[in-house]
Formats: sequence, structure tokens, C-alpha cells
Amino acid sequence: MRVVIAEDLFLLRDGLTRLLEANGMKVTAAVENGEQLLAAVAADRPDIAVVDVRLPPSFTDEGLRAALAARQAHPGLPVLVLSQFVEQLYARELLAGSTGGIGYLLKDRVLDGAQFIDAVRRVAQGGTAMDPEVITRLLTHNSSAGPVSTLSPRERQVLALMAEGRSNTAIAQQLVITERAIAKHTASIFVRLGLQPSDDDNRRVLAVLAYLNNA
Amino acid sequence: MRTGAIGWVARQLGRACVDGVRAWYVATLAVTGLVSLLAGPIVLAAALFGPDESRPFSPGGPLILLVPMAPVALWALCWATGGGGRAVGAALFAPGALAVMATHLYGGAAPGDRSVSLWLAPSLVVLGLFGARWAATESRRVVERWSGRPVPVPYRRPAGEAGPWRRLRFGGWLTDPATWRDLAWALLTGLAVLFTAAIVLLTPVALEVFGRNGPFFPLFIVYGMGVWMFPFAVLWAAPPVLRIHEKSARALLGPSRRTELARQVSHLARTRADTIDAGAAELRRIERDLHDGAQARLVALGMLLTVAEQLKHDPEALGPLLAEARTSSVKALSELRDLVRGIHPPVLADRGLADAVQATALDLPLPVTFTGSLPGRAPAPVESAAYFAVSELLANTVKHAGASHVWIEIGHSDGLLRISVADDGRGGADPSRGTGLSGTERRLAAFDGVLAISSPSGGPTIVNMEIPCALSSPKTSSSSGTG
Repeated sequence: MRVVIAEDLFLLRDGLTRLLEANGMKVTAAVENGEQLLAAVAADRPDIAVVDVRLPPSFTDEGLRAALAARQAHPGLPVLVLSQFVEQLYARELLAGSTGGIGYLLKDRVLDGAQFIDAVRRVAQGGTAMDPEVITRLLTHNSSAGPVSTLSPRERQVLALMAEGRSNTAIAQQLVITERAIAKHTASIFVRLGLQPSDDDNRRVLAVLAYLNNA
Repeated sequence: MRTGAIGWVARQLGRACVDGVRAWYVATLAVTGLVSLLAGPIVLAAALFGPDESRPFSPGGPLILLVPMAPVALWALCWATGGGGRAVGAALFAPGALAVMATHLYGGAAPGDRSVSLWLAPSLVVLGLFGARWAATESRRVVERWSGRPVPVPYRRPAGEAGPWRRLRFGGWLTDPATWRDLAWALLTGLAVLFTAAIVLLTPVALEVFGRNGPFFPLFIVYGMGVWMFPFAVLWAAPPVLRIHEKSARALLGPSRRTELARQVSHLARTRADTIDAGAAELRRIERDLHDGAQARLVALGMLLTVAEQLKHDPEALGPLLAEARTSSVKALSELRDLVRGIHPPVLADRGLADAVQATALDLPLPVTFTGSLPGRAPAPVESAAYFAVSELLANTVKHAGASHVWIEIGHSDGLLRISVADDGRGGADPSRGTGLSGTERRLAAFDGVLAISSPSGGPTIVNMEIPCALSSPKTSSSSGTG
């Protein structure tokens, strides 16, 4: 798998490169700012771009804007955005009109190598990886009223993991229950929220995220 | 068409009549104020220099009977024009008017005994001073009522919250320059009205004396016509009279430049002290958070690594230690993140106020409707103050209001940043109770911003904030939606 990294801190850039290459990926370019990212994406056509939100020269949301621009220039380009903090606002902007291949994670998640690599793989394959903190806040925002507040605790757990972008298999592993039980919970959640059921993991995740974002 | 024209004429006439009554009120107020101000000195002069024997009905005598009518007219006009403190005004002015009338009726002799008058005069002077103050306050009130723009009250206030007794000991209002300006106002307006009246009334006499009236215009015809024309003259003169009145009231009854500057200085001193206090408290909080949070975690992390170093030949024991070290670093990171959010939220730095407020709204456990946008960025300190003010308000809403929906509107116009936060909760928010709202108020005051709260018991609560500031850079940050 070919990866382009945009990260301005040398240590983190280096660490990311090592981590990814140790897991059998090929880092074709590791750049420092948004402009270089766009150039590298155009030249290398990577399978995924891993981008830090804050990049020079403005040190604001330069990376986010570059990532969105790269996706506009190359529709379907998977992008994993890393940040020191997460905001629902940015998650929304990343997800707007998206058909998948989007990740938005706290930098802390890099510390858990296996999980992080899993997220990178998932996004590169067109899936979604939303930071648990984003999802927690989304659920809090939806908790006071509406269908989400009627879900059972177990269903809320499943909903949260699904919104993070995990497949049924992964959720089953994490919660230590059978995949069949997960399927049952999922069906119940979709009925409660009034969503169209789907067998495709990614479509399901996007539907849930869109629902939570618009409620 | 015709009914429209009639309606128009009726409206114009109605408006002219209202103006006429207002002008009449203003003139009556001025004359009454002057009479009551002069009553003390007149009675005193009569007691000291007047004749011993009273001589009823001195020249022009019966006309003086009109003078006690002035407080009564004032009372009626107060009522007609929506003036305030009717009874107070009449009570303050009636004794002076009666005393002046009595002095005149006695042909300049003291009313009652000389000694009585000597006692009477000082109380009339005090009453006159109060009367002048009342007239000034009333003028301020009606100017605000009629023009919609308040005349700032210039009276000096003792430092701190003081009751009336404190104020008396402070030297009361006698040493306050604003009191003397009130007196000047009472004298000048009264004299202006009397002078104008004298000119209008005496012109025909003068013309008669100088033989310009001719043989066909005897005085009684001129005055007879005058009586008929009088109402029209009042209607005609009312608008300019009211304009002049408003202008001079603003000049004389508002704060003088010096008081205005002094007020600003004390305001600045207070807000500066508040700002410094708030800054210091904030620094203490950050220091404490770092000390108890991230710093402690890093120490623990270092100790864990030391232990791990000693155990490097025992992989079985090493595993859990390293896992613990990682957890500790993640916790430190999360605490630092929270701390940074409290100092200066990253979205605020990245995107500016509108998006930062929207991001905060998205994190609330309530549905929020966010509207409006800013056509540029406010200065960073203003952005920060406004952001934390809104956060505080939203936190209050979540904690206390029991609301089911929140509306936030943000905009910039006429050099003012306006933010309005409304909820459908139980209301009853009061800035005088609880430190949250008054803290928010002080935060904004540092930038001359104001906070207005409307929160009747039972709701809804609406909080409006206005901060004067200019927006920089044409970069647009806009958004709207429901979250």
C-alpha cells in the first residue's frame, strides 16, 4: 500500500513513516505542508494520504483544507486526518458529500500501533475511521431527546463502534459477543433510527454518521 | 383618496397638537422652576427691605394671581404629556409660587411677620434647590422619552455602593458641579421663557408708544387678535422650541466633558483591575492544572521508565509496565488537550468566532440552531472574550435552564459585534445572583461590551451581547444550520 504523509513535526513524521513501513506499507512521500501534499498526491497517486490538521505556513486548519482540496482534485482519494484535538465541525466538513475513504483521528491514537494501522487500512479500502471522542460527543449531542435516547446501553455501544467505522466482525470481537448478536442489534438500531438497512459495512457507517450529524 | 388625505391632515394636526402640549409643558416647567428658585431670595428681600405695612394690590396686581396656577398647570401638563412625579413637582413648586404671589399682593411687604419671613426664606431656598433638581431630572426624562435617546445623568456618585446617608456625609450634591448646572438650567430656561413672553406681550405696547399702530389699531384689538392667534402661534412655534430645548438640555444637563472623562477614567480603572484579576486567576488555574495534571503524569511516566530500565532483562514484567507507561502518556495528552481548550480553543484560532461558537454548540447535549456569520475576524482578545462569554452562557443553559432547544445568532453591524443566545428553558436567570453571569459581564466590560438579559420566570431566556469592534481581513467564515 502506498502512503503520502503530511506532517510538519519531524519526529512525528519520522515515527509515522517507520510505523507504516514496519507494517508493510510504502511511504512514497513525507512532506511538511499543504502545497507539497497536493504536489505529492498528484505525482505519486497514493492509496491513502495521512494529513495533520495544523500545517505551515498558517498553522491553522491548513492541513484540513489541503486534504479537502486533494479529495476534490482526486475524487475517492482516501484521506486520514490526524489532529491534536478533534472537532465535530471538522468531522462534518470531511464527511460532507463523502462516499467513504475518510478518517479523522486524534494523534494519540498513533500510540496504539495495531489500532492505528487497522484504521489506515480501513480508510485506504474506502471505509471510515472516526475518533471515539468525536463519536462520544456526537452521541452526547443526540442524547437528550429523539430516537438515540431510546436505545439500550448495549445498542448504544454498538452504535458508537459502528459510527467509528468498524465492521460487524470487529465490533463482535471488541464486545466479545457473536456476530449474529451484533447483526440483531444493528437491525434494531436501524429500525429505531428509521434508517434503510444495508449489508455493506461502509454504507451503513455513513448512514449512521449522517443521521447523527443531522439530528 | 379623500379619506387618506383627511387622515393625513388629522395625523399632522394631532402631531402638531402633541408638540404644542409638550412645548407648553416645557415652558411651564421652566417658569415654575424659576419662580420657586427665586421665591426664597424674594421673600428674604421683602423681609429685609420691604415696607412695614402691607399695601394690597400693588400695580399690575391681579395678574400675579396666575402665578400659583403654574404648579397646578404643571401638574395637569405632567399628566397630559406623560411626565413623572406629578405630586412631587406640584408640592415642590406650590409654596414658592404662593410666597411670591403673597409678597407681590402685599406690595412688596413680607408675607406674615418679618420674623416669619426670615424663617420662611431659607426653607424656600432649600425647596427651590430641590425644585431645580427635580426640573432638571424631569427635563432629562422627557427629552429621553420624546427623542428616544437618553441624556446621561451626570451626578457624582461616591465610590462604592453607598446609601443616601453615605452620600450626605460625602458632601451631598452641593459640591457636585452637576447641581450648579441644574440651577443654571432652571434660571436660564425660566428667564428665556419670561423674556420671550415679555417681548411678545409688550411689542404692541411699544408700537403704540412709538405711534406705529396708527389710529385704527387700538391696543385691545391687537390683544384680542392675539388671543385668537395664540393657539396657532403655539402650534407653529412648538417644533423649534422643542428642538432648542432638547439641544440645550443635552448641553447643560448631560455630563460635562470633564465629568464624562472622569467617568471614563473610573470605568477604565475598574475594568482594568477586573481584567488583571481575571488574568491572574486564570494563570493560577493553569498553573494548578499543569501541576496536578500533565506534570504529575510525566513524573509518573519517567518513574515507570526507570523501573522498566531496571527490568529490561525480564520481558514478562516489562510488558505491563510499558502498557502502563503508554496509558499514562495518553492521559497526559488528554489533560493537556483539555487545558488548551480552556486557554484558547484551537478552532477559535483556526476559524474565528463564528465557527468556534458553532463547534461549541455542536458539543452541547441539546439541539442548537445556529444562524449568522461574520464577514471577517474580530481582534483576537475580543474573539476570545466573546467566545468564553458564549461558552459560559451555554454552560449555564445546560446546567440550570432545563431547556430543550437553544438558538444562537451572531452578526456584526454598525461597528458592533452582536451575539444573541436564547433558550426555551425555565428562565429566571439573574446576573446579581450567581457569579457566572456577572463574570461574563465583567469579561465583556473590559472591551466596552454590554450584556442584556431578559429572563422572566418561566422562560424564555434571551441574552444579547454587544461588543464594539472592527472586523479585519475579508476572509469569510460563514455557516448556518441545525445541530
